[in-house]
Amino acid sequence: MNLIFRQGTVIDPSQELHAVVDLGIDDGRVAEIAPRIRKKARKEIDARGLILAPGFIDMHVHLREPGREDSETIETGTNAAARGGFTGVACMPNTRPVNDSESVTSFILERAREVSKIAVYPVGAITKGSEGETLAEIGEMKRAGIVAISDDGRPVQNNQVMRRAMEYSTLFDLPVIDHCEDKDLSAGGCMNEGYYSTLLGLRGMNPAAEEIHVYRDVMLARQTGARVHIAHLSTRQALEIVRRAKKEKIAVTCEVTPHHLLLTHAEAVSYDTNLKMNPPLRAQEDVDALVQGLASGAIDAIATDHAPHNINDKMLEFDRAPFGIVGLETAASLVLDRLVRTGKLSLERMIEAFSSRPARILKLDRGSLAPGCWADITLMDPELDVEVRASEFFSRSRNTPFAAWKLKGGPVMTVVKGRIVWSNGVRS
Amino acid sequence: MASLTHKDLLGIAQLSVEDIQLILDTADALKQVADRPVKKVPTLRGKTVINLFFEPSTRTRASFELAEKRLSADTLNFAASTSSVSKGETLLDTARNLESMAPDIIVIRHSSAGAPHLLSKECRSSIVNAGDGMHEHPTQALVDALTVREVKGHIEGLKIAIIGDIAHGRVARSDTMLFHKLGADVWACGPATLIPWEFHQLGARITGHIEEALDSADVVMMLRLQQERQTEAFVPSTREYFNFYGLTRERMRLAKKDTIVMHPGPMNRGVEIDSDVADASYSVILNQVANGVALRMAVLYLLSGHAPLRPRKPSR
Repeated sequence: MNLIFRQGTVIDPSQELHAVVDLGIDDGRVAEIAPRIRKKARKEIDARGLILAPGFIDMHVHLREPGREDSETIETGTNAAARGGFTGVACMPNTRPVNDSESVTSFILERAREVSKIAVYPVGAITKGSEGETLAEIGEMKRAGIVAISDDGRPVQNNQVMRRAMEYSTLFDLPVIDHCEDKDLSAGGCMNEGYYSTLLGLRGMNPAAEEIHVYRDVMLARQTGARVHIAHLSTRQALEIVRRAKKEKIAVTCEVTPHHLLLTHAEAVSYDTNLKMNPPLRAQEDVDALVQGLASGAIDAIATDHAPHNINDKMLEFDRAPFGIVGLETAASLVLDRLVRTGKLSLERMIEAFSSRPARILKLDRGSLAPGCWADITLMDPELDVEVRASEFFSRSRNTPFAAWKLKGGPVMTVVKGRIVWSNGVRS
Repeated sequence: MASLTHKDLLGIAQLSVEDIQLILDTADALKQVADRPVKKVPTLRGKTVINLFFEPSTRTRASFELAEKRLSADTLNFAASTSSVSKGETLLDTARNLESMAPDIIVIRHSSAGAPHLLSKECRSSIVNAGDGMHEHPTQALVDALTVREVKGHIEGLKIAIIGDIAHGRVARSDTMLFHKLGADVWACGPATLIPWEFHQLGARITGHIEEALDSADVVMMLRLQQERQTEAFVPSTREYFNFYGLTRERMRLAKKDTIVMHPGPMNRGVEIDSDVADASYSVILNQVANGVALRMAVLYLLSGHAPLRPRKPSR
């Protein structure tokens, strides 16, 4: 055997496993899980006190390459992901050029093979140039390796185009990931529309702008049979629509970001542009509903919407700064400390939302530690003391609202196909 | 009397009632400078004030400049069109460049809400907000309070009707917060498209009917339609707007007999206010302009770390 983790707490929702065991790896795959593995391995790791989970997959990341390598590259972004405990990331197509063709998809996968220690799953555009008009060459991109389609950031406004995209997506069994936003209703907005936008004199983004598109997508999914995944769900009403749709067995799933689970629009009183993202931070009642929805499983996955921006782009007036924050290197610790430690979320549900659910939505052969599965593993130390230091991020960008936060618990080792790609002082 | 403890004047939101009273009392004491044959005091001699205006402004800028000159400060005017901002320099770089000239106070007007707050985090100088986007215009609100206090003798308990484009107006926000803090009964009135429904949380009662707002009002504050900030149609036409929200002599009968009419300017006659109302005896619009200089002198004076002045005659 190549590698054995001794006496770690393996938590694998896919096989309803939560036990202190030995986990052995051979040829990149899980070989054996047993209370005590008698064989010896070339490398053995003392995992006492650590949690072993199926590798985390962040299904919503912006790697910025090609086009904005000053903000992030495939190399720096995947290094940041590995450090955050992620064994795979799905990267959104809003690069320059947009990932709307086989050649861009191939470029991304080629670069990833050269520089990335973790898996990169490209998401292709829905429409050419993400301009919302004509369908991109979705079939060819699928052949090149995309796992989903999305016009994230520039969502399809024309309902007929969205309908065609959903119909077409069923041919290739690709989920349609939608950033739900009616651009007319949110036009010019830079934060949630509500008391704080009124107080601060900033143009608001009406929550209904998101909810209307969630409802549209649900109705079109019902009709077309497409699989729809709602990106970064942020309002209580939007969640309500998804919950009802699921009850009616419509193929809809959704994700939530750590920042929408932990922060409200009240934070914007500082005019700190690291609190500007789209969808914007919402009200406390939304946050409460999202936490509850994640705990109950109505919200399937946690995704970061990691959106690196060069500091020069962010050091602007609030209404002129771009949307988005980085998230890969803080997500696991934030959720562990603020949701699991406080009892709002079970460890099992957290792990499921970070691993097996995203894997299932994207139909990846990941998300399980059952013998025979790829050994993609996230190791966490629940007692680790973490202080968020933006200056030490592996990411090329520093735009986080969580700087200087003190958290307990976090990833300590990331294993991809049985290979340790990142570790933080774990005894071996 | 305590002195002003703030480094900057960013908005009414940050001020306590004591801060507000201090500024108004100081302004009262400084009013007499305008009555002297030599309208100048040496208080800010050797201090430098930069007026950084990224938006066109006539009266606010003139008012600040005059206030600075009457306090004997050295002033420097930067207009966005003539500075390197038009060459693509960011606000922070502009500010850092100016900061290296060691000014004591920077007065800024900017089209983005929060621009003064951005500067205040990066600059040692005191920052005075002279209007930021749709956010605040604290000195104008203080001028309005000074004017009301001068005419009415007090502010607490007065019914103050603010009528017009509440959503896009920075004066509406600052006025509402200020008069609410001082204990007035503040009403915000306009079409629903121009009042965010959360406005009541700032301390105003909301109505869509001008008659209700004017009913027994002590003070009527008219705001103009901010057509330059409106990116879409909020009212069908200015004619219909005037029909439903224009201040006419006839509607004025609903207000108290000794009511006063204010307008922070610039006025659009025939859109939100009839000419004969604007020019009537109950209009204190020109008092507002005169008080603007004294109030801004008070703000600059207090931010320069001076001890409070005692008004020559106690404020009424």
